[in-house]
Amino acid sequence: MTDTDWRARLLSDTPASRRQARLGQAYRGWLQFQRNRLALLGLGIVLALVLLAALAPLVAPHDPYAQNLARRLLAPSATHWLGTDEFGRDVLSRLLYGARITLMIVVLVALIAAPIGLIVGTASGYLGGAVDAVLMRITDIFLAFPSLILALAFVAALGPGIENAIIAIALTSWPPYARIARAETLTIRNSDYIAVARIQGASTPRILFGHVMPLCTSSLIVRVTLDMAGIILTAAGLGFLGLGAQPPMAEWGAMVSSGRRYILDQWWVATIPGLAIFIVSLGFNLLGDGLRDVLDPRKS
Amino acid sequence: MTPLIEVEDLRISFPTAKGSFDAVRGVSFTLGREKLGIVGESGSGKSLTGRALMRLLTPAAQLSAKRLAFDGQDLLQATPRDLRRIRGRRISLVLQDPKYALNPVMTVGEQIGEAFRTHHRVSRAEARAKTLAMLEAVRIRNPVRVHDLYPHEVSGGMGQRIMIAMMLIPEPDLLIADEPTSALDVTVQMQVLAILDDLVTQRGMGLIFISHDLNLVASFCDRILVMYAGRIVEECRASELHAATHPYTRGLLASLPRIEESRAELAVLTRDPAWLTA
Amino acid sequence: MIDIRDLTVTFGRGTQAVAAVRGLSLHVGEGESFGLVGESGSGKSTVLRVLAGLNEKWQGSASLAGLSVARRDRRFPRLVQMVFQDPYGSLHPRHTVDHALSEPLAIHGIEDANERVSRALEQVGLGPAFRFRYPHQLSGGQRQRVAIARALMLEPKVLLLDEPTSALDVSVQAEILNLLRRLRDERGLTYLLVSHNLAVVAHMCDRLAVMNRGVVVEEMAVDTLRRQEPAEAYTRQLLLASRGYDREVARAMITYD
Repeated sequence: MTDTDWRARLLSDTPASRRQARLGQAYRGWLQFQRNRLALLGLGIVLALVLLAALAPLVAPHDPYAQNLARRLLAPSATHWLGTDEFGRDVLSRLLYGARITLMIVVLVALIAAPIGLIVGTASGYLGGAVDAVLMRITDIFLAFPSLILALAFVAALGPGIENAIIAIALTSWPPYARIARAETLTIRNSDYIAVARIQGASTPRILFGHVMPLCTSSLIVRVTLDMAGIILTAAGLGFLGLGAQPPMAEWGAMVSSGRRYILDQWWVATIPGLAIFIVSLGFNLLGDGLRDVLDPRKS
Repeated sequence: MTPLIEVEDLRISFPTAKGSFDAVRGVSFTLGREKLGIVGESGSGKSLTGRALMRLLTPAAQLSAKRLAFDGQDLLQATPRDLRRIRGRRISLVLQDPKYALNPVMTVGEQIGEAFRTHHRVSRAEARAKTLAMLEAVRIRNPVRVHDLYPHEVSGGMGQRIMIAMMLIPEPDLLIADEPTSALDVTVQMQVLAILDDLVTQRGMGLIFISHDLNLVASFCDRILVMYAGRIVEECRASELHAATHPYTRGLLASLPRIEESRAELAVLTRDPAWLTA
Repeated sequence: MIDIRDLTVTFGRGTQAVAAVRGLSLHVGEGESFGLVGESGSGKSTVLRVLAGLNEKWQGSASLAGLSVARRDRRFPRLVQMVFQDPYGSLHPRHTVDHALSEPLAIHGIEDANERVSRALEQVGLGPAFRFRYPHQLSGGQRQRVAIARALMLEPKVLLLDEPTSALDVSVQAEILNLLRRLRDERGLTYLLVSHNLAVVAHMCDRLAVMNRGVVVEEMAVDTLRRQEPAEAYTRQLLLASRGYDREVARAMITYD
């Protein structure tokens, strides 16, 4: 089929199957999304991150763990595009392998925190009463702590390491999602289509999973994407403090930490990973903004 | 006597993803000191026409007309300053739902007083006296008590009376009412309309009544304009509505259920695409 | 078919308590179309919601086809369904028409959903082209047709209609009312129609009850309404107000509020 055929099929007013209808909706969303230049830039950055992380073993010019003390703290050059760090390791290669870690942290945290928040929030909002009160107080307790402090406490309790850092960050990230989901559920709960589902005899799980949650996902996706920048920074913060990824792992925050001693003369050791953190956070922010305009437009 | 409103070939369009959308396509009419009803369904352009008269459209809307004048004054060329002087003071607008049109964080009295003091330099005490008199004029039993209430504390019918008070206190020459009674119960509707009728007649004002309810408009107004898809398809005196000629109007009239008649099926209006271009 | 005795529904507690319905009794026979007329706050929609099982706090007795509403079981959804006023709010925005129509079948384990869904669409005058559309791709009238089709998927005997055409354009109202009448004739359904519009009730119903502030003011056959012979003053006033604006009539109605 030609290009125009595909477009016509996707944009058709009379789809012939559920799949066609869903793809059509997704395509329309994409058309709207790509009108926003900044959002496309954000998407580009995120995709670049994913690509580079996936291809790191193939693209990295050197072994990120190979030390060469004779070539320590070299400025960017033809052999080492971004210079070397205090152990003579290639900064570019470490940056690429660090991208894998960053991506892993961000994805795992999102995969853990978002579902927890969604289930807690929708159950709380829909069932109300005692369930709502108990769940919201638990949420409040987690929300009361600044996320970095709480993450520190968890890591201190569980021991340093990247897995524990992920769990710690996830545990501090879910409360806002629960709040968002609950707020959406409270509005949705009184809708006529929920009343119809009840009159049809739908069970509560069916209503929660089939009717309520699909309506919460837009705001959640937007919030999670916007949070990713914060998650990266928290992970970097933990890494900086030596509580996240442990050496010799090439995690960006840890790289900034170990490079800060040389910041005046060999600026690239700390600054390059810092820039990487900045660019990726920015990318997620722009992507999140773009998604919000498509998924959750409240302006006319 | 210069007519209050002169509109010639009014066109309003909006840019959309699929090109320009023409919401109002060449509307022309004049209005004297009378009650004119503009009837149409959703999407007919009636509300836009009403707001265009006060130049209250969103910036995205593109308005053009051969003539758009209020009491002889050209509204197309008017400066924002001129328009501000006209709005509220000489032309007022009453909207459908007082829940959304009244400011929820100001008391009723404050809002009405503000409407007055925007156009007249008077002391607070004088404004308050005027407000109480106006509340009395819309038959509110206890003006002093209602003066200090917030909009959420009053019923729909009273809210609409308050809106009318607020809009008529600067003593405008023209009142545009956009579905003013659609959100009200039928008996409350009658009361509000009676108050409107009295005030409009007493003050010799012009009234444009925008509604989807053909029968109501026919019984309340002097003249009727029927709009369909951005154009006026029928213009007649209210008393002659039953003799309407355009098939759309006749179709609407035929499709309404009536208490006195017992019909097996209601005549369904079939839209003729020719109406869009005729 | 529908039997309500001494129904009382109160909202709120203590000093804030408001009695939406007070001691209401109604009886609707099988195959009858009964209208419940009243202004806002009269309690008419509350009665429907109680019968639909959406309101669970009430006193009195209510039963449908002999089954008590208070002890709802799995048979209820196949006995009574409801059509709501706002076509823009009664369809789930993320579900296609197909999903909305097949869900009740899935809940009750009814087979050959595919067949039933396409037949249902046909019967409400929508072709297969509409089957996989989303609600925002439908007009108000089309959405209401989908809502009606959805209500009939479980083949109920009773249809509760809450102002089914109030939110629709005038020209669409006639189509939907005709559709409802046809469906009732074909399937022998029992209708309980709530409306503030006397003309709609007069067209659709055999008998009606007028409610005001939670009580039934008057009950009558539609003929009585047509001959302008209601007994109660409130009903007369409602009838007069429905005729459109009349200076003298309205003047007589002005009260200080």
